[in-house]
Amino acid sequence: MASRYSNLTFKGYRRDNGRVGVRNHVVILPVDDISNAVCEAVANNIKGTLALPHAYGRLQFGPDLDLHFRTMIGTGANPNVAAVVVIGIEPGWTKRIVDGIVETGKPVAGFSIEQNGDLKTIMDASRKAKEFVHYATELQREECSISELWVSTKCGESDTTTGLGSCPTVGNMYDKLLPEGIYGCFGETSEITGAEHICKERAINPELGERWYKMWKAYQEEVIEAHKDSDLSESQPTKGNIEGGLSTIEEKALGNLEKIGRTSRYIDILEPAEAPKSGRGLYFMDSSSAAAECVTLMAAGGYVIHTFPTGQGNVIGNPIVPVIKITANPRTVRTMGEHVDVDVSGILRREMTIEQAGDALIENILRTANGRHTAAEALGHREFVMTKLYRSA
Amino acid sequence: MSVPQLLVHETRDNVGVVVIEGLKAGTEMTCVVTADNSSFNLKVNEDVPIGRKVALTDLKAGDTAIKYGEDIGRIVADVAKGGHVHVHNLKTKRW
Repeated sequence: MASRYSNLTFKGYRRDNGRVGVRNHVVILPVDDISNAVCEAVANNIKGTLALPHAYGRLQFGPDLDLHFRTMIGTGANPNVAAVVVIGIEPGWTKRIVDGIVETGKPVAGFSIEQNGDLKTIMDASRKAKEFVHYATELQREECSISELWVSTKCGESDTTTGLGSCPTVGNMYDKLLPEGIYGCFGETSEITGAEHICKERAINPELGERWYKMWKAYQEEVIEAHKDSDLSESQPTKGNIEGGLSTIEEKALGNLEKIGRTSRYIDILEPAEAPKSGRGLYFMDSSSAAAECVTLMAAGGYVIHTFPTGQGNVIGNPIVPVIKITANPRTVRTMGEHVDVDVSGILRREMTIEQAGDALIENILRTANGRHTAAEALGHREFVMTKLYRSA
Repeated sequence: MSVPQLLVHETRDNVGVVVIEGLKAGTEMTCVVTADNSSFNLKVNEDVPIGRKVALTDLKAGDTAIKYGEDIGRIVADVAKGGHVHVHNLKTKRW
């Protein structure tokens, strides 16, 4: 049934695989930590490219290595990326990432440093990067239905105002746009602790709810219980959360879960950085609750816009995905307003309803999708942080 | 209605959230329950910063703090109605 949101459109970049991006990056992607310098040199040579330096990619194995490749390939495959130059120390793993990205149909080329050295690799990769910039800058935005958006969410530096205002604002957006056919994603496995009984019930069916609960319990046992040496005070909740009035993980979790609204139900569970495969709808991604790690994983899953409620003022951004900050905390609006994209502090004054706040967020999502830079983009926040599951070999 | 100083999620909650800056001890707060928009008054006993919680009733060590209509942890030190509820008197039941 058509709603007042059905006819909304935005201008995006339609890629060869049918997906729609809202940014048009030419990415210089290092396979491993020791290729960062070459990637940064190429990005310095060729204007309009973006290097994504990171800390890992050597001697990883098993599920941790799988996650590394999934994150690398997913980042390159994201529709916000027009073309990719992949650079690694040796050709084998470089090719594996190139082959993964090339399935999208976008231009991608790999270079390796051994038997070439930094300087020759920089020259060869720079020439290819220049070609890709010419290609990308000729692409035109075209009108797309709102149903083609993939919008993820994760909150950060939360406080008691996030549960009252900014998280329900995201939830209201999902309640309105998921029925229009968008893809949604939430996660932060440890941060559902205290609200797991509610999250389990929000699955589309009881079998999925059971599967979700097993995954949540595994995170408790394998990550939290296996390594904790306290009640996690100052980590979960963080020092910032506590300053903002959150006393316990239970309180934090209940506020967090407001992000999925009143009617939305998740239809499947994703591994970290995994792309959805069950069609349109809301997904839960098994992920850390650390902001940069979580947003990087969701971007690698294919999401093109991220909605980020904050209370105390997390300043995070992402290099390839615009991160929209929403806050209801008037002190944060007053003291660090340059980080705020959507001010919903009127909710606390009872001047703004959640319904109105949801509409304000949808309006900002469309403007951001059309090309308006978010606060984090304007301020240069490009936090790209790989999740590592355990020590390398 | 005037701008509230305290918001409460659900009618069965026993704590609410200060939503203005500079709240002073002795203020007779306007409190609103967001679930049904009902309101009541409550005197706050101490200066409480924005975002922090206030007890809506006398709470005793061993009681459960209720917010969102749900269990958010255990009261570990008595706190009087109108008092500040935070990590000094409320602890997680997990971890």
